[in-house]
Amino acid sequence: MVELLKKLTEASGVSGNEDEVRDIIREEITPLVDKIYIDGIGNLIAYKKGKGEDVKKIMLCAHMDEVGFIITSISDNGMLKFKPVGGIDPRVLISKRVYIGKDKIPGVLGIKAIHLQEPSERKNAVKVEQMYIDIGVSSKEEAEKLVNLGDYAIFASDMVEFGDNKIKAKALDDRVGCLTLIEALKEEYDHDLYACFTVQEEVGLRGAGVAAYHVEPDIAVVVEGTTCSDVSGVDEHMYSTIMGSGPAITIMDGSSISNKALIEKLKATGDAKGIPYQIKKGTTGGNDAGKIHISREGVATCVVSVPCRYIHSPSSVMDMDDLKNTIELVKEFVKGCE
Amino acid sequence: MESKDFLARLIDIPGVSGYEMEVAHEVSNVFKEYCDDVRIDDFYNVYGRKTGGDLEDRPKIMLAAHIDEIGLMVKDIDEKGFIKFTTIGGVDQRILLSQEVIVYGKEPLFGVIGAKPPHLQQPGERGQSVKIEDMTIDLGLSAEEVKELVKVGDIITFKSPLVSMKNGFVNGKSIDDRAGVAVMLEAMKELNRLHFNADVYFVATVQEEVGVRGGTISTYSVNPDIGIAIDVTHGDTPDSSKEDTHAMNKGPSIAIGPNLHPKLTKRLMDIAKEYGLEYQIEVAPGPTGTDARVMQIVREGIPTVLVEIPLRYMHTTVETLNMDNVKKAGRIIALFIASMEEGWQKWLSY
Amino acid sequence: MRELLAKLTGTYGPSGNEEEISKVIEDEIRDYVDEIKTDVMGNLIAFKKGNGQGKRVMLSAHMDQIGLMVTHIDDNGFLRFSNVGGISVLNTINSKVIFKNGTIGNVSYESEIDNIKDIKLNRMYIDIGAKSSEEASNKVSIGDVAVYYSPLSDSNGRYIGGAMDDRAGCALLIQTIKELEDCKNDVYFVFSVQEEVGLRGAKTSAYSINPDVGIAVDVTSTGDTPKARTMAVKLGAGPAIKVKDGSVICHPKVKGLMIDRAEELGIPYQLEVLEWGGTDAGAIHLTREGVPSGAVSVPCRYIHSANEMVDGADLENGVKLLVAILEQEIEL
Repeated sequence: MVELLKKLTEASGVSGNEDEVRDIIREEITPLVDKIYIDGIGNLIAYKKGKGEDVKKIMLCAHMDEVGFIITSISDNGMLKFKPVGGIDPRVLISKRVYIGKDKIPGVLGIKAIHLQEPSERKNAVKVEQMYIDIGVSSKEEAEKLVNLGDYAIFASDMVEFGDNKIKAKALDDRVGCLTLIEALKEEYDHDLYACFTVQEEVGLRGAGVAAYHVEPDIAVVVEGTTCSDVSGVDEHMYSTIMGSGPAITIMDGSSISNKALIEKLKATGDAKGIPYQIKKGTTGGNDAGKIHISREGVATCVVSVPCRYIHSPSSVMDMDDLKNTIELVKEFVKGCE
Repeated sequence: MESKDFLARLIDIPGVSGYEMEVAHEVSNVFKEYCDDVRIDDFYNVYGRKTGGDLEDRPKIMLAAHIDEIGLMVKDIDEKGFIKFTTIGGVDQRILLSQEVIVYGKEPLFGVIGAKPPHLQQPGERGQSVKIEDMTIDLGLSAEEVKELVKVGDIITFKSPLVSMKNGFVNGKSIDDRAGVAVMLEAMKELNRLHFNADVYFVATVQEEVGVRGGTISTYSVNPDIGIAIDVTHGDTPDSSKEDTHAMNKGPSIAIGPNLHPKLTKRLMDIAKEYGLEYQIEVAPGPTGTDARVMQIVREGIPTVLVEIPLRYMHTTVETLNMDNVKKAGRIIALFIASMEEGWQKWLSY
Repeated sequence: MRELLAKLTGTYGPSGNEEEISKVIEDEIRDYVDEIKTDVMGNLIAFKKGNGQGKRVMLSAHMDQIGLMVTHIDDNGFLRFSNVGGISVLNTINSKVIFKNGTIGNVSYESEIDNIKDIKLNRMYIDIGAKSSEEASNKVSIGDVAVYYSPLSDSNGRYIGGAMDDRAGCALLIQTIKELEDCKNDVYFVFSVQEEVGLRGAKTSAYSINPDVGIAVDVTSTGDTPKARTMAVKLGAGPAIKVKDGSVICHPKVKGLMIDRAEELGIPYQLEVLEWGGTDAGAIHLTREGVPSGAVSVPCRYIHSANEMVDGADLENGVKLLVAILEQEIEL
């Protein structure tokens, strides 16, 4: 499982360019499902027929895309200008490595040396408009041979196992969800399962509504990597989730209010199977549930998340047990659906 | 009809978002000359259909350009008969002072936008732009006459006809995005000269400026296999960065980014290259501010591309554009449509 | 109408927790409609059949209200919260709030804050009088939602209370259901959920009803208080026929039809241009291939506070206007 997580998190999948992730998932799940469909926006929808009678449609949803960059112009000296795709705090960008395009051209986001700065300059955050990516060429012509306008770039960040059962990687949001869905597809269920690996969540939940419209599910479970602010200097009431305390169940966020019966069902499943869980405290942000639950005539929807510190950065951190427990909770939930 | 004459006719007709009926009728009349059939829906979206070829599973292609324009609306009438107004769509308050407008009350009424005169202002106020709250429209009528002719909710447009400039440039109001409708006209004319296999829906959409609303419902209605949005993008000016703008004389722009289908977009560029038609690239890091934003996510998802015409001074009364780009865009789109052959579905795969 | 309004505004029902208010409304209208059901989102949908010659009309008033959701219970029993819908700091300081189980508390803020502008919701808390975390946890859990506690009061023919937004609209719909007798149109009365968090209930119910015409019934702001932002709507000058707000530009023909009906019957009305905000019509009109939509608004002062004020005559005239719109043929 750790190898697959490594493969998934290191793959390139900025919103709108999820091909690499989609290919990995397609290969993993092909033996596990009855049908795979890729729709007009790039969502991968896997169907696994239920074994029971009087089956319902259960949609599991995780997004394949991650935040990253897109190249918008090339300067005369060969430096690349870019814009962020999805929500990135520009303050994490300086002195980081990136890979650009299909060929993963390596580049760096540098800044003029401290010696050359006025002390006052260091007080101000650098704006994205001032930044550039250096790929080691010295002219526009040279750069154009390697990079096209519109090429996507990702953080260069290997997955690392460290500390006490912890994982550092980029794109844990939401490759943890993708992994959960892949693992869930390994079991047999009474009900029809639709595992939807969606695109473009990070730029406005754009894939999920389209997938839900196609599937027309009775129930939907969104599996996410969510914010976790249980760190130094934060008041306890501001914690969104706590790392190591199990999967987080959402009551409400900026995009949806979870179906109450499903929340109770998730809690009951956790209690019955001895799987730890927590209630997510923060109510900001949003995820694919926002589009799924208002699809067509409405869909009973809930959200289960793996707590991830430093989300949307090259070094997100999570606890492996939280992921394992998330997988268990989702599997048992689907098994327990009547 | 020449697209410049068409554009000149369109921009003189009021079509503030939500109130596009008149401009829709004019568009419909012109579309009728070039399409197999034309209909107008409840929201005044105009659909012109043009069918070509005998391929059985030919694609259904929808083009969209919006006919609505930014404008103003009567919010209140004060005791002296001055009109307080609000904006419909994104209007920069700094363009408003001294602007000529038409208030569509019981009859069209000419007026000007004024504010407290400079000699009554506090020192220091001149450094700040005048707020819309502090402006009023003067119809030159008595309070009684204004109250008789005008009511809260009446729409207001800017008065600014099309003016020809050097080198095929034109300026005027609401060229955003009636130039896009002119691109559709060019594409129709071009298709008349080409053999093509497709059901093409030319849709003049409404309410784009207030949240891409007409595009949402019209795409649901057509449910096409392929979407082509046509809009304007920013032309280069000395006060904006090169990265965010486009040259006025290097052809239309084709957009790349998450909002657009990668393979179809590449196909569109390849077609342009094949026929030696100039184009520029616009990189859009997220959902674009065009009909493509919604077209892509209607129903089960529509593979969508976006063609844009560089336009300077967007959302002012002197929007400036090069008509040559309108012709080129129409031609690229028509050739793209005509390139659809058996097995076209492969261009939509991921 | 007063009793009905008192009952509706006194019933608990923040967004996502509309079960109780839905039950109260259902009891009110059950005997007056042909069909009634609750959908998967919790929308209460009542159907009144016409004579088969008219249109399918959807009316929508939202039954949810804004609230404060508990996110954390601290060691001393104070509750931290976040907003459900548009809760403003200013309107909430030292407001009394009530939970579903009747637990009442006061809302205050960290007293070290000097500048009122620095107060954010995450620096505020609810005090339910608990002396410890345990005592608080016996009454309230994380995820529970409180609403303003504000029983209805009368003053000069005007009513002051909580949740007028949009129980005033619900009252209009209920009264319209009761008074509507001979109707040409098939009318779906939707008491929608989750309007305050993004017009969500109206979106799914409109998709399922697929109406020819949509009409939202909600409250709107007024411009008649001291130094108010310019707005031509006044309290007591009649129901407002909406021209636009942030979510919808009302269909000119629906708007025109409302004006015609009001003028024919001499019902006082005013025209509403709202520069912000939104209502269920915003979701309804973009459903499927588009639904021509409009809105009838109840003028209301101090919206989204514990003390929203509406005028009794506006409510009566609002019902008259809705009945007049529905009884006649609707030509677009």
